[in-house]
Amino acid sequence: MLKDITIGQYFPGSSPVHRMDPRFKLIMTLLFIAMLFMGQHLYSICFGIVFCILALALSRIPVKLIWKSIKPLIPVLLITAILDLFMVDSGDVYLHWHFLKITAGGVRTAVLMVTRIIVLLAGSSLLTYTTSPIALTDAIERLLSPLKKLHVPVHTFAMMMTISLRFIPTLLEETDKIMTAQKARGASFSEGNLLQRAKALVPILVPLLVSSFHRAEELATAMECRCYRGETGRTKMRQLHAAGRDYAAMTVTLLLFTGAVAVKIIF
Amino acid sequence: MATIQTEGLTYRYGIGTPFEKTAVDHVDLEIEAGSFVGIIGHTGSGKSTLIQHLNGLLRPTEGKVLLDGVDIWADKSKMRQMRFRVGLVFQYPEYQIFEETVAKDIAFGPRNMGLAEEEVQARVRETAAIVGLSEEILKQSPFLLSGGQKRRVAIAGVMAMRPEVLILDEPTAGLDPRGREEILQEIQAYRNQTGATILLVSHSMEDVARHAKKILVMNAGKVFCYDTVANVFRRSQELQAIGLAVPQITRVCDALRARGVPLTDDIFTVEQAKQQLLEWYHRTRGGQGTC
Repeated sequence: MLKDITIGQYFPGSSPVHRMDPRFKLIMTLLFIAMLFMGQHLYSICFGIVFCILALALSRIPVKLIWKSIKPLIPVLLITAILDLFMVDSGDVYLHWHFLKITAGGVRTAVLMVTRIIVLLAGSSLLTYTTSPIALTDAIERLLSPLKKLHVPVHTFAMMMTISLRFIPTLLEETDKIMTAQKARGASFSEGNLLQRAKALVPILVPLLVSSFHRAEELATAMECRCYRGETGRTKMRQLHAAGRDYAAMTVTLLLFTGAVAVKIIF
Repeated sequence: MATIQTEGLTYRYGIGTPFEKTAVDHVDLEIEAGSFVGIIGHTGSGKSTLIQHLNGLLRPTEGKVLLDGVDIWADKSKMRQMRFRVGLVFQYPEYQIFEETVAKDIAFGPRNMGLAEEEVQARVRETAAIVGLSEEILKQSPFLLSGGQKRRVAIAGVMAMRPEVLILDEPTAGLDPRGREEILQEIQAYRNQTGATILLVSHSMEDVARHAKKILVMNAGKVFCYDTVANVFRRSQELQAIGLAVPQITRVCDALRARGVPLTDDIFTVEQAKQQLLEWYHRTRGGQGTC
């Protein structure tokens, strides 16, 4: 059940997208999001869709996986679509029944919003699917490094992020383990009213907290044993180097971005 | 009569991801009621996955699990009842402890069964006696206990449900030799008192040889063999080929036999070896007179 959560999960591979410099991927993802949300016109999101399809094709991530990360959000998508459909009131009226009114503007907004969210999910989940968490935080640290001049503890934040990302699967696994153990003792998590269900969480949360504290302490000791003392004097094992394909991909992204900007200005 | 039975039990995980793996592969098993079965196998051989099927925590990808001849997945509403009948103690079970006092934690299972308060208290006391937890300890916070004591609390938490089948996944892992033997004795005590069937997963061939009557050997998700202790440990060459060993004392005796000491090939515990060696010693000494 908990293992079904795929958002933020990394799927190792050797596609061109996997091998790309994580800094470029991060910036490109930000540009992609900007592209999607820039214009209100149907044309403007086309650029985002093109980007998404290109990236998906190059990454060789099975569509099934992408679908898995979209599936849980179907209810949200439906609500968004229905709200847009009935609330937006502009253009030709297609249907008028009592207080319900479907207009051309409503249909357009609904289609736009749903496409936008699906493309956004598909495109941005690609970032974590193809980039290991370590590479990702490394990229964030590099991109934010100018802030060090302002005495922002960028390295510490990056380390904290790395550690928390690293422990998400561990904690999920642990939660699963504890839940199974309590189920074996007859606990049930899906019966009773809200209060009973909340109470049923105690046998999971207490052991989880206890072990998290233990783990944090052990990790801190282990880091100290290996003489970790923050950023001072640390070099990187993995140096990030931008290659030709990174610049090529960035150029394509920038072109698409410019296209989206142009559409916004023209229409 | 078989209490637990599996038919073509297969479990695959991570289906559709690059991590897909068959953990349990067409396992057919029959566990006789009241038996003490040791389950051995290399790490990753599917032992833990197999036992989680036996009380319905995992649903088989293919095949069936039968309890007293009834498919446990036939009626999902009876699943909880079934879990009270087949108790499962996980590896390092201490992490399941969550209550303020030891007594309350042991009472969690029986309470979930919906037993009356007096019955719950009686079971807590009886079980505490089996695993050697004193009245004093029952009132303490379980988080302040030593590792071995915590382990006892966790095991008692499952025993208190009085399961007919008690499955333990490496209950002695990480304990010192005395702690190991004590826990195993307590499991025997539970078996003697309730007549329960015991399934013990262990990496220690010595523990299995001492306590189990039959051994189930798992290899790469399949049943390698399921036979009496003697018949399994006689196949020492094959066991070594799949990364397992026979008890140390068996190897010592094999070496002695190779050098001409007349020992039988069914020695699996130090006691048996001691007995035979002493007999031989007295025989030879008796024959040759004094040294």
